[in-house]
Amino acid sequence: MDLYYIQGILMLAGINLMSVLGLSLLTGFTGMFSFGHAGFMAIGGYTSAMMTVNYGWPFIPALLMGALTAALMSALIGKLTLNLKGDYFCIATLGFGEAIRLVLDNVQYFGGARGWPGIPNYTNFTNVLIINIIAIIILANIIRSRHGRNMIAVREEELASQIVGINVFKYKLISLMISAAYAGVAGGLMAHYMTFLQPKMFSLVKSTELTIIVIFGGLGSISGSVLGALVLTSLPEILRSFSNWRLVIYGLSVIIIMISRPEGLMGGYELTPSSMKKLFTRMRSKKGDLPKGMEGGNTL
Amino acid sequence: MSRFLQQLINGLSIGSVYALMAVGYSLVYSIMNFSNFAHGGVIMLGAYFGYYYLTKLGLPFFVAFMASALTTGILAVVIERGAYKPLRERKAPFLYFIISAMGASIFLENIVIATIGPTFKSYPEILSRTPIQLGSVTLGRIDLTMFIISAICLALLVFFIDFTKMGKAIQATSYSVKASALMGINTDLVIIVVFALGGFFAGIAGVLFGMKYTVYPQIGIITNKSFIAAVFGGLGSLPGAVVGSILLGIIETMTSGYLSSNYRDLIAFALLIAVLVIRPSGLMGKVTEDKA
Repeated sequence: MDLYYIQGILMLAGINLMSVLGLSLLTGFTGMFSFGHAGFMAIGGYTSAMMTVNYGWPFIPALLMGALTAALMSALIGKLTLNLKGDYFCIATLGFGEAIRLVLDNVQYFGGARGWPGIPNYTNFTNVLIINIIAIIILANIIRSRHGRNMIAVREEELASQIVGINVFKYKLISLMISAAYAGVAGGLMAHYMTFLQPKMFSLVKSTELTIIVIFGGLGSISGSVLGALVLTSLPEILRSFSNWRLVIYGLSVIIIMISRPEGLMGGYELTPSSMKKLFTRMRSKKGDLPKGMEGGNTL
Repeated sequence: MSRFLQQLINGLSIGSVYALMAVGYSLVYSIMNFSNFAHGGVIMLGAYFGYYYLTKLGLPFFVAFMASALTTGILAVVIERGAYKPLRERKAPFLYFIISAMGASIFLENIVIATIGPTFKSYPEILSRTPIQLGSVTLGRIDLTMFIISAICLALLVFFIDFTKMGKAIQATSYSVKASALMGINTDLVIIVVFALGGFFAGIAGVLFGMKYTVYPQIGIITNKSFIAAVFGGLGSLPGAVVGSILLGIIETMTSGYLSSNYRDLIAFALLIAVLVIRPSGLMGKVTEDKA
């Protein structure tokens, strides 16, 4: 294993992490689940590639343009579907994600289903790292702000937060838009890393993978998402020698995680110097609970 | 006009197979309130079992049919025991069920790729491919078989749900799991029966699908359409699932007949979104209210 290979895996993990961070805000902190984030990645990827290839924009503005487009698209989708409850919102995002992919399949301007080669290779290890660090700092600040606390309140108890005067719909929409913007940046990074785009890359499987990473890392924990993205992106690479069996193991381990440790790797805790001490003492006294609102549910 | 009739017939035949699959989604949803995405994998395995029973074991058509339906019925129950029962006991939120189902679906699809391989397999010719000519409309023998078998199965299901004690128990449990358990219904058994039924029909649908097209590991993706049909008709409602499937089948064949088959899937997903935006409970679904 040479350095170049490891760097490649880390870049893939970083690109995944970018959209996982956004999804973490939506799922872990606002309590909504999306199976359509690959769709937002696709929008971001195709938009930023269009900007660099067809209009000759520099890389960073093109990425931001991709993020903006994805956020605007998500605002439109959110307006229509955010009032749906639980399962139905999931299904709606699933439908949107697949619809975006199928539309791209038919847009000949972007090469349709055959794909779009020849995108410049702008993504490198340094800019992935810097963008991820900036993204984490922004996300941590959002969560610690008043708006972030409102989102957590929405996750904990929607009705109660409505009663104390939080505009639930607004905060859900903000959360969705931010997470879509993150996914858009991730899509742009991916486009300029692969130098090739194909609608197939953004299928339901990709969306599921992102949600699995968030849950694996632990709902309501940024550091969990970081760890999850690193572990789950490199896991298929480590298992590469098993070739066909690796996805069998992957599927099986998803079920086992759901059954045995549903709170995920971090389970609502953050990995910062001050919290490490607290976590350590807590782990001695009792097992960590699920963040409230993530337990219960109306199944059975 | 004859073109329209032709598409209508094709739509009915494909829609009836969708109905067999959609019934599985709806049965599970009506009781467990989550979308069982592992169902697509079960359908895919049904197609494979049918293929091997026919070619390797050389069973007669009808026996192979029943055998693969029974196998997938058992398989669906095994998945329930392994992937959902622990979650059920812990009263986990619906999302964990969905993720677990996705995991099971990834597992099923890839275990086939790893053991059998990703190549396409085609069924031996069971029915002759020469179609029946009815005036200006041609009727494929396989299409006709698909429609008849699906109709019989659905009729049996309706009979089972409406006229047997177990069927009544399923109805009661879908209304309220807790209350039914208090009234002495063994809800665990009901859930097993529901999964077995869904799996049984999945096997039949899988074999029918394999006969009409070919068998390959990604067949589960096609079955997403039947999920759309179940949402279209209203998740959790059996008549809704059937009506939604037939309508979706007709809409699809009309799209490929009059527009282009490129837009077929797009129209299906657009329909899904439209239904969710306009009327999330579907055509006949139970109205879900937020329990705060």
